[in-house]
Amino acid sequence: MKLNVNPTRMELTRLKTRLKVAVRGHKLLKDKQDELMKKFIDLVRKNDELRRAVEDELTESLKDFMMAKAVMGTEMLEEAIIMPTEKISLNVSKKNIMSVNVPVMEFVREGKEGASIYPYGFAQTSAELDGAIKKLHNVLPQLLQLAEVEKSCQLMADEIEKTRRRVNALEYVMIPQFKETIKYITMKLEENERGTLTRLMKVKSMIQK
Amino acid sequence: MICMYKIGVVGERDAVIAFLALGLQVRAVETPEEAMRAVDTMAREGNGVIFVTETTAKEIEETIERYKNQMLPAIILIPGSQGSLGIGLAKIKDNVEKAVGVDILSKKEG
Repeated sequence: MKLNVNPTRMELTRLKTRLKVAVRGHKLLKDKQDELMKKFIDLVRKNDELRRAVEDELTESLKDFMMAKAVMGTEMLEEAIIMPTEKISLNVSKKNIMSVNVPVMEFVREGKEGASIYPYGFAQTSAELDGAIKKLHNVLPQLLQLAEVEKSCQLMADEIEKTRRRVNALEYVMIPQFKETIKYITMKLEENERGTLTRLMKVKSMIQK
Repeated sequence: MICMYKIGVVGERDAVIAFLALGLQVRAVETPEEAMRAVDTMAREGNGVIFVTETTAKEIEETIERYKNQMLPAIILIPGSQGSLGIGLAKIKDNVEKAVGVDILSKKEG
């Protein structure tokens, strides 16, 4: 498919510049795609591993929690944990991986110095609950790491898809189109030139007679 | 740019109550509508990460999809009280397929 343009010299120059830009853009985008892909594959492997690990541990700890609940009764349990000793907040900064902004999360525990992780007295609670909370407490850093990695993966997958579309559009549509149109204009111009030349020769020979 | 964010948990009561002990913001929900509202409110109130249990998440796909392409909040699925349903892992696989075109993760296993 050639573009619908007038076969003039000016159009030809314009198209040649556009082709040059397109080729350069294509190369850059292709490089970006390769690099993104490399990073993405590393990250997604990590994501997969991490998710499996976290899911196992979390299921385990929730199971313990259910046990504790069964032993203690719902009301007692809720009463015991309703006021947590610490507050967790999140520090989020941005990191730029190949022009994809991914979050970097770092969590901050705000609690009293040396306070225990158990927000209750030991008199009325069962040992199962202690175990469950300890486990949950230990999973949390991993859980947050998972959040960071998984979000990055999502964002990168999206960017990769976008980049791939652009690369393909340039490679299979724009660049062939430009090339074909340039060829068409060159041919047309040459043809015109030949036409003029023959006409001139013809006129010359007519004058000479 | 560094900002402080909170962490939220949305899900059915049995599963999320445990996170209360850790000092996270917990919202127990029962219906999909409630869950949708809870996630939206949490996102507006500046939660950097929202953990949603898989049991709840499968009802509110649309809401989760909406936050997928934003940097924050990150909505992360966690197994509910019934154990993992495999939705989280399936989501990773979707991502891989979207980006690479083929599923490279499961090839490694089998």
